[in-house]
Amino acid sequence: MKQNTTSATTVTVFAATIALLFAACGSSDVASETSTVVDETAESTETTEAMAEDEAHTTEAMADESALPSHIVSLSATATEMLFAMGAGDQVVAVDSYSDFPAEAPTTDLSGFEPSLEAIIGYEPDLVILSFDPGEIVSGLEQAGVPSLLLPTAATLDDMYAQIADLGVATGQIDGAAALNASIQADLAAISESATADAGVRVYHELDQTFYSASSGSFIGQIYTMLGATNIADEADTDGYGYPQLAPEYILQADPTLIVITDQGGYTVDDVSARPGWDAITAVSSGNVLVVDADIASRWGPRVVDFAQVIADQLALVPAG
Amino acid sequence: MATSGVLVGADETTAVTRAFRLPMISLFIALAVLIASLSFGVAVGAADVPFNGILRSLIDHVPFVSLSTGLTDTQETILWQWRIPRLLLGALVGSSLAVSGAAYQGVFRNPLADPFLLGAAAGAGLGATLVIVTSSDRSFGPLGTVPMAAFVGALLGVSISAALGRSAGRSTASLLLAGVASAAFLTACQTFLMQRHVESIQEVYGWLIGRLSTSGWTEVNLLFPYFLVCGSVIFLHRRHLDVLRLGDDEAKSLGLRPGRIRLVVIIAASFLTAAAVAVSGLIAFVGIVIPHIVRLAVGSSYRVVIPLSAILGAAFLSVGDVAARTVLSPAELPIGVVTAFVGAPFFAVVLWRTRGQM
Repeated sequence: MKQNTTSATTVTVFAATIALLFAACGSSDVASETSTVVDETAESTETTEAMAEDEAHTTEAMADESALPSHIVSLSATATEMLFAMGAGDQVVAVDSYSDFPAEAPTTDLSGFEPSLEAIIGYEPDLVILSFDPGEIVSGLEQAGVPSLLLPTAATLDDMYAQIADLGVATGQIDGAAALNASIQADLAAISESATADAGVRVYHELDQTFYSASSGSFIGQIYTMLGATNIADEADTDGYGYPQLAPEYILQADPTLIVITDQGGYTVDDVSARPGWDAITAVSSGNVLVVDADIASRWGPRVVDFAQVIADQLALVPAG
Repeated sequence: MATSGVLVGADETTAVTRAFRLPMISLFIALAVLIASLSFGVAVGAADVPFNGILRSLIDHVPFVSLSTGLTDTQETILWQWRIPRLLLGALVGSSLAVSGAAYQGVFRNPLADPFLLGAAAGAGLGATLVIVTSSDRSFGPLGTVPMAAFVGALLGVSISAALGRSAGRSTASLLLAGVASAAFLTACQTFLMQRHVESIQEVYGWLIGRLSTSGWTEVNLLFPYFLVCGSVIFLHRRHLDVLRLGDDEAKSLGLRPGRIRLVVIIAASFLTAAAVAVSGLIAFVGIVIPHIVRLAVGSSYRVVIPLSAILGAAFLSVGDVAARTVLSPAELPIGVVTAFVGAPFFAVVLWRTRGQM
């Protein structure tokens, strides 16, 4: 189970990185890719009269409030969290192997990264949620008459809210989704209001041992900005794509006052402190190297609130740099 | 008659002088390029360290010389714990890969041979992947698990190829084909592992495309002994490689044992490759392009190709790493991308300029 938890988080970090690597040129266009296949099918039904019976049926079902999807398969750990938080949990029949939260989620051995069309269809879904389409899954599902919703890694918190709203429409939980968004927004606002961080705090959020970081262009970085900290990765991310790899020389020079690492990078606070010269970094010498649960620090879902709270608590302890 | 005899003699003298001079001149040029590359590499980086201070700090580190450098402690750390070790690591890795590449090309008499030919890359990749996906301790530091696994994997890959090749016959062709087979098999295992553990795919991928990340001097200290020993063995065999170019029968008639020479050189080149791969991942292109650039510039005698490849390989990778460190500064680029991006067009130009000579 522990193994599973740790794995799940890296997946999302990986998804984020991949998405951002490939979306690097289009910067924040990731948001626009959050297009829903469901919407597309609906539109094409309106325009095209002659439709395959299956497809027309599912579109009708979507439109009909009384026939909400009741066999949802989620292949995205983040989407699973969103679904359960908005009250659509009862409609979910299967989630992928990395969807480990909440506990009542029906985790299966389905893979979100090498999805097998046959295995998915075996659950007879009436809606499939993915964060990643390795090729033919979305079109394959379409041919099988199964609507799907592709929710790739959100670039920003706004993208996250938009995805939750989309998910609400697709599952018929429009009110639940709106309530969820409102509650996330309110919680984040409350945390940032009570945040006592000094403006001089310089934070370095480390994604892995090769110094990949999250700048303010990412939803992770937005949390730090919201809490009033300065993110040292911003200077390395002039394109604003969100996840730059920092030069170690630069990290030393920038002298962060808070370093955040995740609990499943395969290394510890001691390893960070042992890096040559890092004992001189204020964050290290003042004991402000924070280990966070990688799940809450990499999924753009309801638990960003938990992440923000953990960071806010730590920031309250960090003296101005 | 007498006059013509004198003339012939004079020609021979100039030819001899030229043959002697050419390598010396190119050696000096190559050394100058290397020194320029290293100076450039030490001067630029993501952090601001004043050049004057760098110079003074370098002089300060000469034994028995003490000089006030005017650098802050952080700048000293950046210079001596990050920039210089990384620069030297780049030079050592570039040199190692170029020499191994030249050695493999000599042994197999095949211009497309590279250090990863006999399954060293695939083996190292499998070793590194195995550790990254299964172990919770993935330190890259001193004698870290990933470099060790990569080192063992690379040697294992070459050993499998050698065992297969030997069982199939004693020709170099069967060894080459065995290398293809074992590399394909090991890569399949590695890909399978990677797909079973997608959560680590980014880390594996980062390793596969190569990187020159140092943590102080540990990587340099790890590679240097291999560089010294294996590099010397290959260097001492450079004339033998020239004889092998003539064919095994000629080599035998000169009293050499081609099979043994090949074995020794392959072992040395494989250990060198394994050590380089362990600290830097799979940096493609250097091992194949540098020896060819040397050949196109000064001819194909291994007497010249081996030392010049060593020097220019070092220069090429240290300059390449400067680009990796500074183009997006303070963000970084993967070194493997830089070497291929810069190396491939450069190589094409060299090929085009020397067309007709090959």
